[in-house]
Amino acid sequence: MRHSAWKIFAGAALALALPVVAIAAEIRVEPGTDANEKLIEALILAEPGDTVTIAAGRYALTDGLSLDVDDVVVRGEGPDRTVLSFRGQTGSGEGLLVTSDRVVLEDFAVEDAKGDGVKSKGSDQITFRNLRVEWTDGPKAENGAYGVYPVSSKNVLVDGVLVRGASDAGIYVGQSEDIIVRNSRAEYNVAGIEIENSYRADVYKNVAAHNTGGILIFDLPNLPVQGGHDIRVFDNDVVDNDTPNFAPEGNIVAIVPKGMGIMVMANRNVHVFKNRLSGNATAHVLIAAYPEDYDDDAYMFVPRGVYVHGNEYGEGGGAPDGEVGKIISDVSGTPVPDIVWDGVTTIPEYFSWVAAENRIYVDEAEGTTFANLKMISQLLLPWSTAPDTDISAYKGALPEPEPVKLPQDQAS
Amino acid sequence: MLAAALAGPAAAVDDVALAAKRPPKLLSQTGLFADPATQKPAAGVIPFAITTPLFSDYALKTRFVYIPEGKAARYHDTEAFAFPVGSVLVKSFAFPADMRRPDEAVRLIETRLLIRRDDGWQAWAYLWNDEQTDATLNIAGAKVEIALAGIGETPDKPLRFAYSVPNKNQCKACHALGGTIAPIGPKARNLNDIFSYAEGPRNQLAHWSDKGILAGAPHPSAAPAVPDWRDQSAPLETRARAWLDVNCAHCHRRQGPASNSGLFLTYGETDPVALGIGKRPVAAGRGSGGRDFDISPGDPDGSILIYRVESTEPGIMMPELGRSRYDHAAVELLRDWIANLR
Repeated sequence: MRHSAWKIFAGAALALALPVVAIAAEIRVEPGTDANEKLIEALILAEPGDTVTIAAGRYALTDGLSLDVDDVVVRGEGPDRTVLSFRGQTGSGEGLLVTSDRVVLEDFAVEDAKGDGVKSKGSDQITFRNLRVEWTDGPKAENGAYGVYPVSSKNVLVDGVLVRGASDAGIYVGQSEDIIVRNSRAEYNVAGIEIENSYRADVYKNVAAHNTGGILIFDLPNLPVQGGHDIRVFDNDVVDNDTPNFAPEGNIVAIVPKGMGIMVMANRNVHVFKNRLSGNATAHVLIAAYPEDYDDDAYMFVPRGVYVHGNEYGEGGGAPDGEVGKIISDVSGTPVPDIVWDGVTTIPEYFSWVAAENRIYVDEAEGTTFANLKMISQLLLPWSTAPDTDISAYKGALPEPEPVKLPQDQAS
Repeated sequence: MLAAALAGPAAAVDDVALAAKRPPKLLSQTGLFADPATQKPAAGVIPFAITTPLFSDYALKTRFVYIPEGKAARYHDTEAFAFPVGSVLVKSFAFPADMRRPDEAVRLIETRLLIRRDDGWQAWAYLWNDEQTDATLNIAGAKVEIALAGIGETPDKPLRFAYSVPNKNQCKACHALGGTIAPIGPKARNLNDIFSYAEGPRNQLAHWSDKGILAGAPHPSAAPAVPDWRDQSAPLETRARAWLDVNCAHCHRRQGPASNSGLFLTYGETDPVALGIGKRPVAAGRGSGGRDFDISPGDPDGSILIYRVESTEPGIMMPELGRSRYDHAAVELLRDWIANLR
């Protein structure tokens, strides 16, 4: 068959001494008229240990790419130099799909994918590093849902990516375990960063700006993995999230009001600390129950054990947006306090007590404002019109989860 | 291959070539066909059909199973049969010039092989040449321009579209079960039907058992069966569920590539929410079409499922691979089914 990609046998000499060891090769793809086919072939024919290098240039792709080989590095020559454009895509649900283990994706850009940008499904040790995923027409409902999208994966590292324009979430980690999202920037998406139905995630040193909502920690019913827990969101800049919600109706993020900073919905043991929040006009932090009706006996719809402490709050809450903004401000007044809890508990708990490990704790600097809206069940109706704004009553702490450690990450 | 060719007409399956890391470059070299151009199978290669087939842009399909001499697939009630090492499943895709005359001017596009090796299944596609004499192994996929008359409301005006031959990874995008490649079609419920063999009509499960290529099958009357979705004498529910099973459930099942959606459309699924009834989407994005539920009983136009099976736009359409057109008649069936759900 025609060789449309060439391999450099970098390890050939070594292989003589160690014949059993796989020879790591570099497969280099250059831009050109048949680059689409070359890239597809390179990703299919790669052997474990190989590096697929995508040379600088612009690649106009007509079909999605996919990688199903373990232990492969796919590397561009910089997120502004190696650009995979999917504007002319006619097939597949994403730009690049990875279904194998121990894969590194780095130093390239994915633009204007028809569906999701870069997705991993069922991968163990998947790294997204120094990528740019962007819908270049700016925010609009026709953009793909997710930019960087690991799902049903384990040991997920998202490091130094930039995502713009996703109609759902820029960086979305779903139904996954052991996750680090750091040093990344998400802007002009509906949700900047979203961790959903996932276990053990550290989200730190990111910037979430000019999204509808900055960082969302969600748990949803009727999914194979649910009961998200042990999440740390710290040292992030969550600022000026001021893009009107442009998510297609029906998606859960369509409920997120413009100007949401950090939102925790359902989930267990979530720690939000040392973040810097400002310019979020609905609320800086919202802790809420899942608001829709559902049929799933295994699902816990209220957040269990949330600890918010040591964050810095700038201006915010001055222009609560949309239905959720109205529900909040009807009770809390405007400006909306820095931290809002809808106050929803399960019915038995409402009439008795909530165990210590399941409570909401807030420990913030003097002057931070707070409201427990005291809403009942999922109706999002106020039980009384007087919210509880006594922040000192929520003082306390929860033991912090251990830092997430990933096998592919020496720094963690 | 040269030696084999010199030995006489090659009408025997080349087990060795098919077991290689990469199968032969030409379809003719596999020995699966006595005459590839007319799709005449070699000895021991048995044609079959499935009752409700996958929609692939109206492509006509011929299917064959090959199981090495002396071996047999093991019957399973609900899953694809367990095929022994050396088995090959063959599926050819072709288009006539006019769907009203499906036997005339038929052009073969691709022939796909699923080969059961000792380390699992391997999926390959062969792309037919313009002369229609042979097909060549294809890795990166291809787009083939099709002009097809006999479709829709203006049947005399050929429908023109780019038919997509999948690349090797795209094969697995559907043929994956628990992360490894697996057959989809050859399940008891899809095969439990009459096939017109050269020897005469016969139930396929019975025929496979008679031929010794299937072990452990019960009498067909005791095996599950789906209706042909086009069979208007069958109940609406089973026709719709049969169509969803074949067209969607290879991904939308608990062990499939779309497991994370929580939408499970296998024929045996009994949980209404998993089937989509009153289920909210999780990662649909613009695929939601602004609708709240996968299936909204009584309301096809309020159901995301209808929006996505009607769409031909990547990022919205479902299935997301294997078609560029949509199956109007099947959508009508699904609309009827949802309209009648309460």
